[in-house]
Amino acid sequence: MSVAQYYETMEYGPAPEADGEARAWLKQHGAVFGHFIGGKFVVPHSGKHLATIEPATGKALAKIAQGSSADVEAAVSAARTAQPLWAKLGGHGRARHLYALARMLQRHARLFAVLEAIDNGKPIRETRDLDVPLAARHFQYHAGWAQLQEREFADQVPIGVIGQIIPWNFPLLMLAWKIAPALAAGNTVVLKPAEFTSLTALLFAELAAEAGLPPGVLNVVTGDGATGALLVENPGVDKIAFTGSTEVGRLIRQSTAGTGKSLTLELGGKSPFIVFDDADIDGAVEGVVDAIWFNQGQVCCAGSRLLLQEGIAETFRRRLVRRMETLRVGMPLDKAIDMGAVVAPVQLERIKTLVETGVKEGAEKYQAPGEIPSEGCFYPPTLLWNVHPSSTVAVEEIFGPVLVAMTFRTPDEAVMLANNTRYGLAASVWSETIGLALDIAPNLLAGVVWVNATNLFDASVGFGGYRESGFGREGGREGMYEYLKPNAWSGRKARAKALPPPTQSADKAGFGVPPIDRTAKLFVGGKQVRPDGNYSRVVLSPKGRHLGEAGAGNRKDIRNAVAAARSAEAWARATAHNRAQILYYLAENLSARGDEFARRIAEMTGVSGARARAEVDTSIERLFSYGAWADKFEGSVHAPPLRGVALAMHEPIGVVGVACPDEAPLLGFVSLIAPLIAMGNRVVAVPSEQHPLAATDFYQVLETSDVPGGVVNIVTGSRDELVKVLAEHDDVDALWVFGSQDASAIAERLSIGNLKRTLVDYGLMLDWYDRAASEGPILLRHAVQVKNIWIPYGD
Amino acid sequence: MTHSVLMQNPSALPVQPHARGEAQPYPVSRNGGRPLEMDWVDEIRINLSAAERRVASLPGRRTVKKDAQAAWLLKAVTCIDLTTLNGDDTAERVKRLCAKARAPVRNDILEALGFAGRGLHTGAVCVYHRFVATAAEALDGSDIPVAAVSTGFPAGLVPHDLKLKEIEASVRDGAQEIDIVITREHVLTGDWRALYAEVKDFRAACGTAHLKTILATGDLKTLRNVAKASMVCMMAGADFIKTSTGKEGVNATLPVTLAMLRMIRVYQERTGYKIGFKPAGGISTAKDVLNYQFLMKEELGRDWLEPDLFRIGASSLLADIERQLEHHVTGRYSAFNRHPVG
Repeated sequence: MSVAQYYETMEYGPAPEADGEARAWLKQHGAVFGHFIGGKFVVPHSGKHLATIEPATGKALAKIAQGSSADVEAAVSAARTAQPLWAKLGGHGRARHLYALARMLQRHARLFAVLEAIDNGKPIRETRDLDVPLAARHFQYHAGWAQLQEREFADQVPIGVIGQIIPWNFPLLMLAWKIAPALAAGNTVVLKPAEFTSLTALLFAELAAEAGLPPGVLNVVTGDGATGALLVENPGVDKIAFTGSTEVGRLIRQSTAGTGKSLTLELGGKSPFIVFDDADIDGAVEGVVDAIWFNQGQVCCAGSRLLLQEGIAETFRRRLVRRMETLRVGMPLDKAIDMGAVVAPVQLERIKTLVETGVKEGAEKYQAPGEIPSEGCFYPPTLLWNVHPSSTVAVEEIFGPVLVAMTFRTPDEAVMLANNTRYGLAASVWSETIGLALDIAPNLLAGVVWVNATNLFDASVGFGGYRESGFGREGGREGMYEYLKPNAWSGRKARAKALPPPTQSADKAGFGVPPIDRTAKLFVGGKQVRPDGNYSRVVLSPKGRHLGEAGAGNRKDIRNAVAAARSAEAWARATAHNRAQILYYLAENLSARGDEFARRIAEMTGVSGARARAEVDTSIERLFSYGAWADKFEGSVHAPPLRGVALAMHEPIGVVGVACPDEAPLLGFVSLIAPLIAMGNRVVAVPSEQHPLAATDFYQVLETSDVPGGVVNIVTGSRDELVKVLAEHDDVDALWVFGSQDASAIAERLSIGNLKRTLVDYGLMLDWYDRAASEGPILLRHAVQVKNIWIPYGD
Repeated sequence: MTHSVLMQNPSALPVQPHARGEAQPYPVSRNGGRPLEMDWVDEIRINLSAAERRVASLPGRRTVKKDAQAAWLLKAVTCIDLTTLNGDDTAERVKRLCAKARAPVRNDILEALGFAGRGLHTGAVCVYHRFVATAAEALDGSDIPVAAVSTGFPAGLVPHDLKLKEIEASVRDGAQEIDIVITREHVLTGDWRALYAEVKDFRAACGTAHLKTILATGDLKTLRNVAKASMVCMMAGADFIKTSTGKEGVNATLPVTLAMLRMIRVYQERTGYKIGFKPAGGISTAKDVLNYQFLMKEELGRDWLEPDLFRIGASSLLADIERQLEHHVTGRYSAFNRHPVG
């Protein structure tokens, strides 16, 4: 077009970003890459390669190595060798390296941005203005944690060798999110990038080595899912951090169960985008653009479910459809587009199929009318109107530029619909009424809530999900804990094999007046109840004396206890002051019956009277501690780079199953339930199988201490059997198992149904009298999940 | 129900036919105004952070290069209200400005761009009342209208009847456009009825001359105030809404522009009338003006890139555009002294 023609039409015209440098880098490597192990590129053992394509054109871009078990082993071994030296370097030394990595990213910002756009298909605007600067920020921020580590994480040590598996939607940014905190904390890394998008990781590894990162600290093994599985299964890996689909997340949980590998999962989502009738509607329409048409909608936290208050729904639809008219889809390197290419043909097909299903199920489809390139993987921005919660497209994560819209009537209904999903990654709330917005945010079950905004990210603000969106946080102080372990747990010893149970001695019944029979029952919903099966198990002293009988709880008892715990939701909303008072009151009432509990412990376990008394006294002190913590283990206020704040709130996880150890039957039980209820969780506790009577005696203490019904439920019986039921129960949000390696493995393996958060001891014994190991933040951190609420402001 | 009005089918509203005629200076149907609807004001919500994010990301989403860029800059020239509003203005100074308005870009550059002989000129010349007659005479025979700032510009605190007299005098002297300033007090105290009444009087005093209402957004501070004032001025009959006098501490900004454009869009949806927009003050580079043009096109559409719906109040912008155009033609960076001043 001539100047005169542009003058008439006022169209934008082409504005391509140059790609010469990025193509030259590929050429320099002959467009064939090995793994990056021990500080250099190495040829894959198998000699096999995978083709990686350019999604915008469908043309081959390069070949990457297919990682075999020998490659993974070599990488893990390089990381293992480097780890002690890297840890020994100290916080300041590592801070210098991380700072250098941040500067390296800034120096080569455009090369990374262009390469990422070519390899992934996303617009250069996003790689240039978001991915690369956020990645650099992540290294800079974590250089800071490395610098402060010896002071701020004095009681923690690095985990060791971390296996990290990242997705294709933000290849470089996810690399930064994963490796920056891991390296800062003193771990070394084996990273497996997605097979569609491995190039920026390889470039990063190469330039990191040039910037002085020692060999073995960061290793990159490329390949498909099979390579990822090899990394997950490698016994030399101490932790797996994974971002990707919920489906694969489940497999990883299953295959690492019982191995002692710690796990962070950042999985899928179907995040709500809620617009109230008092919102800035045009602002919210623009928010939708950033929510679902950012990165072609291939964003795990994309606001993909639009919830509109009925009164504004039609206005919103009209304005949104109008806004769609100006969206431009085009080549990733065009500087005047809003959306680029979907990552691969397989994704494009999935999107098409799901949209067809949506339309078949009654949705009205609107698509941006602008032209899209005829070759390559492109899909237009799409709105599905007239969708209902029961529609397939309202439930399934589409992972493409497709928004589904629904309506609600009241704030309550908005929350109900928003939470009506298995996921819980993010949410966006639009309202100009501060009271409404700030009331809704805490009620949304999601790890991140944006008020009048969407898709804001910063290294200082933790990111991660509730429910089946995974667990663990990336970013912030909470993110650092994912790559550290408590020093106090380092010296734990494996439990000795349990002695065979004593045989019941034949007590002769005499003619004296017997004590009044006391039947230990289960405690469910604030009531003493008989076990569903109506069987009991005899409780014996170590010498075989008959001490009493405890109910043999079964599946149905667990079901009832979980239902009672679920309906005691008000406990989560009780004030921290109120919860603190009840914990102190529990201590008071336990103290009043201290002698009786000490006698019981001595009888059951055979310890001396003094030792039993010490267990009671420590239990009382522990309840006091958590009374103290209840209103002090608070969240924090982050200061991300915007005019506003991010509130990191500590929220209870929900319903938590707890299996208690046999050692210290009262103190173990108290030490586990007290932090949970202090933070607003409701508990279904399975007391020590061998010595259950201290816990069943305790329900009378619960009854006299104003603990609301359902907050603490006690089900005695076979630990392994009951742990299995709890692990498989999809309405149990977390499961703590202390006391057995087998039960730990069962809990982790069976927790995949709803991806519960698990905390297990792998059969390693905790000293319940050691406060550093068993009291305070060390457990409180597991009793909460952090929700970050972003609140930009200004008028 | 504050939103009931929004629910109306826009096609049921009195849409004014609008054909882009070549020769007509004002092809757009004039705003007929309407009774003050307080619902339309009360319901306005603008979130500053959201507005800022929109304008911050736009330069990354839209750009023009090469021939397209030259075309967009030429278009911008036709939208400039070439302005002199200084205490030391004289008749000769104004004449010089008018001569520049007639020939804003060097002829050899126009020729290279294929624009020779098209009579490209600026949107208007904007002066104080004292120089309206001078400018009208200097621009005689061109299509360039004279715009007069009025109503006690820039503070707008002279008596109301004198404001009306000033408008009438400028119209008599040949001004086809009157840039009035609103009484900021009415906005800051939320007295929308007073603002409406004031602007309605101004509109009546203008007669056939077009009314541009300057909101002095730097004084109004919040985007809510800006948006509400915009809506009231349009209901009272403004043909254009304009950001600033150029004399406030903060002049035109992109967030303020976004708020005003959204109000123009709502007003059009409801009434069918297309209202023009004029940012003024602080737009001094070609890069700046392109961002305003992107915002106009994205938020309101193609029609709002033409001088009947878009003006730019600027004094030094033209010189930078000339330099960019010369660079486009020659490939060499240019200097200010190579282009005749206004």
